[in-house]
Amino acid sequence: MKKLRRLKKYIPYFIFVLLFIWHSVLYAQQQRFPRPEFEGGYTFPTHQFLNQRAPMWEYMDVAVLVGALMVTAWIALKKRSRQGLVWISLFSLAYFGFYRQGCICAIGSVQNMSLALFNDSYSIPLPALLFFIIPLIFALLFGRVFCAGVCPLGAIQELTGFKQVRVPKSVEMVLAVIPFVYLGLAVLFAATQSQFLICRYDPFVGIFRLDAPYTMIIFGSLLLIVGIFVNRPYCRYLCPYGVLQNIFSRFSVKHVTISPAECRDCRLCESGCPYDAILQSDPAPDVEKPKQSFKGSIIYFLMIPVLAAAFAVILYNFAPSLSVMNNNVKLAREIRLEKEEGIKAVSKAAVAFYESGKTEDELFEEERQIIGRFRKGAPWVGIFLGLSLGIGLFRLTIRKIRTFYEPDRGRCYSCGKCFKFCPVKIKT
Amino acid sequence: MKERKSKSGSRRDFVKTAGRLLLAAPVLTLPVILSGKSDAKGYVWQIDPYKCTSCELCRTSCVMTPSAVKCTNAFPMCGYCDFCPGYLRQGAKAFNTAAENQLCPTGAIIRKFVEEPYFEYTIDETLCDGCSKCVKGCADFGNGSLYLQIMHNLCVNCNQCAIARKCPSDAVIRVPATEPYMRKELKKS
Repeated sequence: MKKLRRLKKYIPYFIFVLLFIWHSVLYAQQQRFPRPEFEGGYTFPTHQFLNQRAPMWEYMDVAVLVGALMVTAWIALKKRSRQGLVWISLFSLAYFGFYRQGCICAIGSVQNMSLALFNDSYSIPLPALLFFIIPLIFALLFGRVFCAGVCPLGAIQELTGFKQVRVPKSVEMVLAVIPFVYLGLAVLFAATQSQFLICRYDPFVGIFRLDAPYTMIIFGSLLLIVGIFVNRPYCRYLCPYGVLQNIFSRFSVKHVTISPAECRDCRLCESGCPYDAILQSDPAPDVEKPKQSFKGSIIYFLMIPVLAAAFAVILYNFAPSLSVMNNNVKLAREIRLEKEEGIKAVSKAAVAFYESGKTEDELFEEERQIIGRFRKGAPWVGIFLGLSLGIGLFRLTIRKIRTFYEPDRGRCYSCGKCFKFCPVKIKT
Repeated sequence: MKERKSKSGSRRDFVKTAGRLLLAAPVLTLPVILSGKSDAKGYVWQIDPYKCTSCELCRTSCVMTPSAVKCTNAFPMCGYCDFCPGYLRQGAKAFNTAAENQLCPTGAIIRKFVEEPYFEYTIDETLCDGCSKCVKGCADFGNGSLYLQIMHNLCVNCNQCAIARKCPSDAVIRVPATEPYMRKELKKS
């Protein structure tokens, strides 16, 4: 008995030795077969990996972007030539679309921004940052010239929009809400390192590469076919970067005008815009009821913060269901289902998880953290959506007295289709 | 009436200018905020061979057809085995180059005799479609010298790699563009 007790203190050493042997067995498994010793003077080849084009070329893209933006602004605002805009669209489609194959693009760079702003582990590539900022600066100076002739997604739709079918104003208004939601969700998913939603559902990148999953091809071709009649469907009802362009363009210093000189209020351009972006002349009515309308707009103005708060609460509560878009959360749910309900986890992610040797607790902790990040971010998306909706509704109640026709600075793509409708000409 | 109009006009102008400044401010400060966090060289996508579980999703998930993922052999790790578990199908009748004995569905592995009893295995990248059957075979029964890499002469460097989104073990990661490959090396003890 005494002997046993004396031996007891050697147990840790014994376990240590056992572990050491076990480890060396494991290690030996990695190199099961020894490296052969050749006699005939054989030299080990080294695999030559080929590299991509040099990073310098990315700055070439930035230079082309700036150049194309300046040319587009000049053609749209100064030259006022629809023909010229078609040509620059063709160039952008060829360069940014078919040559650069749709990547790098300003629309997707929104996600890089979000990822870089809210994650320390990622630093944004400089070209992506420039692709995000430069078109916005141009929007602030000249309106949506990026949409007019530089964006390859806009260009492919602009060039295939042959017919013009007017969408009823009410439908247009409802559909125009989608891009705001899309932008909010895309930023949220990128910030939580879950998904790059915009890239995943990019409709035309498959056409640019002439190679894509069939769902992308179907989505892209459907949009193009719809776009023949309802022009630019992606830009109007989906594009998340268009939301930013829209907001920035509203405050632009200069903007495309329908008439080269003073508008004569002749109504000829009324049906000229396929995007319903012409603000019609609306002179002051004879009988005014200013009090009533004033009251209405005050109510809508007070609704803005209410809506923002309401949406924040709604999205806060939706955060856990939104977090399913994250792969780790999805995996954690699967593993938990297996643990609690006995439904076997068979996905490849689950198999890889069991192979990796990570514990379930680690995974659940990770899931908790990600959901926490969603809880933090989702209310801000809600505030953004509530503010946009509130301001949008408030703007409907204000009536601006206008005695001329002008483009709606937010929605006008500066495509120049209305130029030919204006009878006012100036000789140069 | 006229005076009122000009008044409302100046109010609108004020809103416009204020909005312009409000929007210009973040756009101009963003580069300043992100100046410490931006990278002039950028990233490319690569497979961490030590995380890869050879699940075969690389073959189908890539936006390119065939996939930009190809197999490579880390020669210093390779055992140059006659019975190569990456080259030969399990239950192969003979250890030779006959098609019925090969594991690779596209016949992309080239077996070359070096000296008795060693054979060199190289990959024909034009045939390889990144299915990782050989990678699994080599990892399970051999030295694990065969591994997958994203070939950057083929990769179009999507903003988010379609394989990274589907990869079950998070093995596809962003690496600095200056070092675009993650070589598998012989571990020295």
